[in-house]
Amino acid sequence: MIVELGHYALVLALALALAGGTLPLWGALRNDTRLMAVASTTAVAQFILVALSFAALTYAYVVSDFSVLNVVQNSHSLKPMIYKISGVWGNHEGSMLLWVLILVLFGALVALFSANLPLRLKALVLSVQAWIGAAFLIFILISSNPFLRLHPVPFEGRDLNPLLQDVGLAIHPPLLYLGYVGCSISFAFAIAALIDGRIDAAWARWVRPWTLAAWGFLTLGIAMGSYWAYYELGWGGWWFWDPVENASFMPWLSATALLHSAIVMEKREALKIWTILLAILTFSLSLLGTFLVRSGVLTSVHAFATDPTRGIFILIILCIFIGGAFSLFAARAGTLSQGGLFAPISREGALVLNNLLLTAACATVLVGTLYPLALEALTGEKISVGAPFFDMTFGPMMVPLLIAVPFGPFLAWKRGDIVAAGQRLLFAFGAAMAVMILGLALMGTPAALALFGVALSVWLMVGSISEIAFRVKLGRASLAESWRRGAGLPRSAWGTAVAHFGVGVTVLGVVGATAWNSEEIATLKPGEAMSIGAYSVTMDGFVPLSASNYTGTAVRFTVREGGNVVATMEPEKRLYTVPNTPTTEAAIKTFGFSQLYVSLGDIGTDGATVVRIYWKTLVTLIWIGALIMTAGGALSLSDRRLRVGAPKPARRAVPVPAE
Amino acid sequence: MTRKQRRLTLIGLAGIVLASALGLVLYALSDGITFFTSPSDVLATPPSPEQRIRLGGLVEQGSIVKETGGIVRFAVTDGKATVPARYVGILPDLFREGQGVVAEGKVDANGLFEADTVLAKHDETYMPKEVVEALKKSGEWRPEDGAAPEAVTQ
Repeated sequence: MIVELGHYALVLALALALAGGTLPLWGALRNDTRLMAVASTTAVAQFILVALSFAALTYAYVVSDFSVLNVVQNSHSLKPMIYKISGVWGNHEGSMLLWVLILVLFGALVALFSANLPLRLKALVLSVQAWIGAAFLIFILISSNPFLRLHPVPFEGRDLNPLLQDVGLAIHPPLLYLGYVGCSISFAFAIAALIDGRIDAAWARWVRPWTLAAWGFLTLGIAMGSYWAYYELGWGGWWFWDPVENASFMPWLSATALLHSAIVMEKREALKIWTILLAILTFSLSLLGTFLVRSGVLTSVHAFATDPTRGIFILIILCIFIGGAFSLFAARAGTLSQGGLFAPISREGALVLNNLLLTAACATVLVGTLYPLALEALTGEKISVGAPFFDMTFGPMMVPLLIAVPFGPFLAWKRGDIVAAGQRLLFAFGAAMAVMILGLALMGTPAALALFGVALSVWLMVGSISEIAFRVKLGRASLAESWRRGAGLPRSAWGTAVAHFGVGVTVLGVVGATAWNSEEIATLKPGEAMSIGAYSVTMDGFVPLSASNYTGTAVRFTVREGGNVVATMEPEKRLYTVPNTPTTEAAIKTFGFSQLYVSLGDIGTDGATVVRIYWKTLVTLIWIGALIMTAGGALSLSDRRLRVGAPKPARRAVPVPAE
Repeated sequence: MTRKQRRLTLIGLAGIVLASALGLVLYALSDGITFFTSPSDVLATPPSPEQRIRLGGLVEQGSIVKETGGIVRFAVTDGKATVPARYVGILPDLFREGQGVVAEGKVDANGLFEADTVLAKHDETYMPKEVVEALKKSGEWRPEDGAAPEAVTQ
């Protein structure tokens, strides 16, 4: 009964989405305020209905209702409760429902928390949202219905893919979807502006918080996915340039560009058309990502049971929305007014450079992702484009961008002085050079490339600190004065510095884990030891494992450094009973920012076990950097200027106290 | 600076960035990609020892030999041809005889495939797409029983 209610709620949500897509649009074109006002109501109602539907599916999972096909295929009564719940979106149908749930959540948030948004713009934005929702609801109801019943009812379910039975599944998809789908809001705003034919700085101020929020979730989602792959897959890799990863990375690059171009638009009313284009591109890339991941054109852990009709369906949705958006853009972009002038060396100029490099880098990733698919479709030839391609293309595009990052905040709007900016960055430059020279003296020339990477990260980190130090007059005024100035700085300035610092941290992690990664492999019997770096790892023995839905063996290792025991580690081999699938759980121990990673191969009958140990220098900084970037985004989001509904700040004699 | 000059500077900058991106992509596409081949292809036209390939097929029944130090020898077959392979490291959990496998590496002068990456399927029901197609091409695709085709000894 509850399952049927969920199904029915989904159909009602579709009806409301169609109404919410048509009526407000009609109202906006006819200037009918009553019709425009419908948008908020339908947006909130859609959210309530989809949430009900999602709750119904969750209920079916929680009580293990095996009369529902989706539950049978992806659950088991003995599975721990957390995986029963996260299993709701650990499959194609459920994950699409989560996708739509987040889409309508954003719609409802726009409806509820943008009281000062002009009615017409709001109606247009929500109607674009409703159309996207309608398209995906039709998709779910026709080709991916999670509420289908099964008869006769099986006694037990087939359980979830063991790789997905991890707390990562509870966190990674919702975060990623909040990011992916969050990009739909800036897309809806862009389409609304094009329909309306009007766009100004206020538009950018409404769009930026939504983009910032989506970007923050996307950053967290990607970082979480990367860490999950790192600890779960047992290969010790944190990024594989897998097409599925690229599918989430492209919208991230594009959203990062959008964040920066929206600043120019908000402050200077320049780059209007470009910003609109980026907003459309970002969501198009999100849709493309959804298509790549969900259609089954790629085989990966993300591609659940594949069905060709689904791929074609998503492709049609993709073509309608992207094609429609670009046609509208081509027809209307020319009518938008021109923005302000600026010299090439200026804050605007720096942000344009940022945008050019980010979009070009995004394009290289796009080529690398789609080229194999295109080649196979055209010639039947199969190739794989892997890390070497991206190292050769994406890497060189990032270097000039990262070198330019610290300059940006030091340049004035309209016309900047690059010499003055350079002088203020002398300390950062000196620090980077000192690290490089010291490193070369200690490690010699073979490490030059890695040391260049380290110097780059120092440049980024010290450069972003320099900016704050300059603005608070650190060292040039009394500490109390600096403190007061620091507290008075806008939160967005802090956000920029923190986020750029985070980029530097991630770069350091990437360089460390790539250049100073060591790996040892050996066959050990209990009592034997192997060494890696400064550590000696002894295999102590076997510990049997038994849980509700798997059995297995853990191997206990003692890690010693200079004879002293510093850690014990227990990697596992598990055998999941229902799908009869073996998995390996690596054991990871963090030392400072670096990690020791132990993974198991086959356990022989005589106890001889293949053991692979990695030492990953500074690897945790990769994800810590992403967290710092997100924190920067959140700080910027809390800036009162951007707070949704906040009035324009009045000029004040006293600076705003820190909250 | 006039609007025209500004525009020219911007277009020039965009041109430089795009041209270098394009140059990098073209260079990387000639060098950084891996071709997918089946064991039959490898025997028909042996790739040069420098060329990375992606070899897909089934792990031949009875071919896995584990040596010390994590060295594993196995053979990849598509029913028509078999290529011996060697890999050092930990194999994926679902790497088994008679199951689909995709491995990346180079073929040495003696025809031994030195794999540096081995991918197996992610779950019981999934078979790498490339492997399915390679098997279909060699006429050894039998989805109903899922069993490996008899190996062909050369």
